[in-house]
Amino acid sequence: MTSRTITRRDFLAGAAGLGAAGVIGARPAFSAEVDWKKFSGQTLEVNLVKSPRSDTILKYLSEFEEMTGIKVNAEATPEQQQRQKTVIELSSGKPSFDVVHLSYHVQKRQFEKGGWLADIGGFLKDPSLTEAANTEGDFADAGLAYAKNADGTLHSLPFSVDYWIIYWNKDLFQAKGLDYPATFDDLVKAAEALTDKDAGTFGFVARGLKNANVPVWTSLLLGFDKYTVENGTLQTETPEAVEAAALYKRLMTTSAPPGVAGFNWAESQSAFLQGKIGMWLDGVGFAPPLEDPNKSRVVGKVGYGIMPKGPKAHASGTFGDGIGVTAASEKKEAAYLFCQWAVSPVMGARLLQAGAGVPFRKSVLGDEKVRSGVTMPGQWVDAVAGSGDISRLALPVIVPVTEFRDTFGVALTNLISGGDPAAELKKATEAFKPVLEKSEKA
Amino acid sequence: MAATVQAGRRPLRLAPNYWLFVLPALIVVLAVIVFPWAFTIWMSGNEWTLGSPRSFVGFANYLRLWADPRFWESLGHTLWYTLLSVVMPLILGTLAALIFDARFPWRGFLRGIFVMPMMATPVAIALVWTMMFHPQLGVLNYLLSLVGIPAQEWIFNPSTVIPSLVAVETWQWTPLVMLIVLGGLASLPRDPYESAEIDGANGWQKFYHLTLPMIAPFIMVAAIIRSIDALKSFDIIYAMTQGGPGTASETINIYLYNTAFAYYDIGYSSAMAIIFFVIIVALSLILLMLRQRLQWSEAEGK
Repeated sequence: MTSRTITRRDFLAGAAGLGAAGVIGARPAFSAEVDWKKFSGQTLEVNLVKSPRSDTILKYLSEFEEMTGIKVNAEATPEQQQRQKTVIELSSGKPSFDVVHLSYHVQKRQFEKGGWLADIGGFLKDPSLTEAANTEGDFADAGLAYAKNADGTLHSLPFSVDYWIIYWNKDLFQAKGLDYPATFDDLVKAAEALTDKDAGTFGFVARGLKNANVPVWTSLLLGFDKYTVENGTLQTETPEAVEAAALYKRLMTTSAPPGVAGFNWAESQSAFLQGKIGMWLDGVGFAPPLEDPNKSRVVGKVGYGIMPKGPKAHASGTFGDGIGVTAASEKKEAAYLFCQWAVSPVMGARLLQAGAGVPFRKSVLGDEKVRSGVTMPGQWVDAVAGSGDISRLALPVIVPVTEFRDTFGVALTNLISGGDPAAELKKATEAFKPVLEKSEKA
Repeated sequence: MAATVQAGRRPLRLAPNYWLFVLPALIVVLAVIVFPWAFTIWMSGNEWTLGSPRSFVGFANYLRLWADPRFWESLGHTLWYTLLSVVMPLILGTLAALIFDARFPWRGFLRGIFVMPMMATPVAIALVWTMMFHPQLGVLNYLLSLVGIPAQEWIFNPSTVIPSLVAVETWQWTPLVMLIVLGGLASLPRDPYESAEIDGANGWQKFYHLTLPMIAPFIMVAAIIRSIDALKSFDIIYAMTQGGPGTASETINIYLYNTAFAYYDIGYSSAMAIIFFVIIVALSLILLMLRQRLQWSEAEGK
């Protein structure tokens, strides 16, 4: 069954890929002005995070090898292990790889402070290395903000973006005569109206598990026009932060299923798949299983909504990954070609069409031909595009992101079991403040 | 050896020098045990976060540990988790051993079935149990609902998470205790029972006054093995809760792992590793002393 699904998807993706490239032979997919064969014979070591994004890269890897004559040894390991491996190797000064895939929202500042990535700004401007269409301006702003260091130099290419949207169950909304919420107030009202504990129906689900739950709170916080860290100072005790935490607490205690304190995205997803959940707030990349009849009871019933408007701002929490060349690599140009290929329109179209991820490049998202080949419902593409317009970074760009998420994650989990928002945030802020100060001083 | 002969001019027949033969083992021990140890101690004296420069800080990491509530909390979790996951398998395993010691049809086959959990991979078990514990979709709550007990939150609630994790640990490791105790039961002599029967002892008296004291050394061995295992337990907790909800199931191992590999705080985590090692050694010594004491008093009593 599964293999049949993949085959169908392959076919669609392949067909659409050809569509993006024009009719066979009429227009080459990759610009001939770039001397792709220049580094033929070199061997690259590539370190990727195991995900649908890297699966797409690995699947079409042979195309890159044929086009460039560069041999690629690619390794994809699960996120946490990959982060450990890359950080340990990079800090040793002699990483075993030339190309590295990084999660911007967790690792950006760490990589910047470590000076681990090569400055590829020069390559991007070199017409013998870079296609004319591949310019800084083609990447979404949030992506560029991530890819550039504080001094404005470019150290990676934005690869895939993840916006937070709300998946909603159209049937449940219809049964209660409700519309998709436009504001945070409506969100709470809808969530509570949809909840019927005796019937096992719950209006809202999101991550409650420590660490994983922090983006839920920060996404709400963005609606109050506030970031968790502004100008290097924690904003986590401000009235806005407390209000957002209170909102989180209310949603997660009155409208969410029991046990939500231990839910990560996977548990939230499986709950939503059963058709008993009204709304699920999470990343846009978790959509494909919802439309898979083998896994989902809600095929065709899922609405994809842009984050409702907060009291002070309309914002969608944004996360993303990039791909860059290590500063220690001796094959920087070849490695750069690989990065460029990975974020190319052809690969971006494949990513989008399979629902595996969303490219940062505007030219891909705006291409009608690409959009028509997308296997996900049109509303999903609209949600992606709409979120892009209101995208804001949802996690602070600091080194100890994981500690930040752990510390505030515990506070949020405590809220679900009855804690007081102001007191919990105060405690977490006090615990995290010295960590942040130390990391910026070092 | 030729060198010794030359140096001394006369052969040292009585004290031949065998150090060359010891050397390979010595090198291995130095490389894989002593060096990592020394290196960890050295690291624990440094302020060292990966990606930023390292500086020597002496005992600062240990002082920080002393004042770190999360560390003390995780120590408490570790001890609570260990206690439960030693006692539960001991009771159930001894019970199972008594049952499987009796003669009944299909005994060998059933013993084989009973031992199976022990053979499974902890992470695979953890994933299966996580699904079974799911508050809405899990089979456990469904089974409870059949007998009218309201749904539980299992590992998804801070107050029930450790007992739930221990249930998994118990399910997996009861067979080990059973095997050890069963071995003990098989070696028991028949005659004390015969004389007890003549004296008119009932089943409980035979168990309490004969069987239990005689298998006590075996139970003690099982307890020591279980304590060491439970203290080190990492895989099941990490795969099921990663220390959550919140930090409700964060044992020292999990905290240590997070500090080293998620926060990249190498110096601090090394200090934690050293302290944890000291605790494990201390607990093992206590258990060993207890074992010695028990056997000694037993011998004296006879």
